[in-house]
Amino acid sequence: MNGDVAMRARMATAPCPEFPTLAWVTPPALADATVAIVTSAALHAAGDDAFAAGDTSYRMIGQDRRDLVLGHWSPNFDRTGVALDLNVVFPIDRLEELAAQGVIGAVAPRHVSFAGNQPDDVATIRVDSGPAAAAALKAEGVDVVILTPV
Amino acid sequence: MSVLAHVFEAAGIATVVLSSVRPMAEKVAPPRALHCEFPLGRPLGRPGDAAFQHDVLRRAFALLDAPSGPVLVDHPDVIEADDEPAACALPPRFDPDLPPAVDEARGLRKAYDRAVARRGVTSVGRVITADQVPDALAVMHAIAGGADWKAAGVPGGNTTAVCHDIRTYYEEAALELVDGPTPGGRAVEAWYFERTEAGRTVLAARAAIREAGAPNPVWFSMTPGQR
Repeated sequence: MNGDVAMRARMATAPCPEFPTLAWVTPPALADATVAIVTSAALHAAGDDAFAAGDTSYRMIGQDRRDLVLGHWSPNFDRTGVALDLNVVFPIDRLEELAAQGVIGAVAPRHVSFAGNQPDDVATIRVDSGPAAAAALKAEGVDVVILTPV
Repeated sequence: MSVLAHVFEAAGIATVVLSSVRPMAEKVAPPRALHCEFPLGRPLGRPGDAAFQHDVLRRAFALLDAPSGPVLVDHPDVIEADDEPAACALPPRFDPDLPPAVDEARGLRKAYDRAVARRGVTSVGRVITADQVPDALAVMHAIAGGADWKAAGVPGGNTTAVCHDIRTYYEEAALELVDGPTPGGRAVEAWYFERTEAGRTVLAARAAIREAGAPNPVWFSMTPGQR
């Protein structure tokens, strides 16, 4: 079976948390918004701490970093796309182009990376590391995040 | 990702998810999601195609105009993963006294070095460096041949980590050797497991560890699940 078909079938029945209420933020106009990337690709800057298997923490990635290591522990997805072009997972050059065109207000000075293969209950990222990462971006003036899954 | 969208939105930041598994996005229901039926590991769809990536971002950011949610919209394009092995040259057999995978890994070193020079970074290095890949393959060769996996000297004692490093070394080298258009998702994975001595050796070592009765976490993630 095609690997992506197999993975999507498996993940379609994986346990998921439910959110009884929907938080909703009305952002400023995109042309005035500061935008950050939040990825679950377990990317980290070379020299920064690697991700352990089952790691629930996150890494901050400076806007100017392109020397990113893929530290994800799942063998079940393509890794060559990001090796060919970082932007296929972490669209930092695309955001800088949008900022230069005035489509978005600004690119955030720092971005966030988590590891995608979390424990099933995702408890830590819901109540601890997730809110901490969000607070860090909020403190730096981020209005909008684009979340890219791996 | 959809879970983190709820968390970030609750902290006062507007979010848009590029969904990759639609049933999950339906169940977790983040505020705004653009479902992208693209190869897993390529959420922006096409490496090296800035126009396509901008199209994805434009459609994603357009969801910020919705007055309420949850919003789940499909990107109109579907990109399927390519399971046909990429066309990558392999080095000729050089030292017949070495296990084939060890000889092969040595022969790929220059291509790997070119990849590192071009990108300025490598994702090899969880438990071994590129210099140690041939020796790690010698360990896998021994396990595949019947050696006790617990006593074979798996680097770092971590079969998953060392297999990531070996595969990453091969995949980074392969991108310097590929003949033809940009490989699709899974094409280099297919090359590694179906065309290279290293891939065959790792598959055989994994089967040997499983058959020896080792716990699932020791062997399962040495390769993708479907293999």
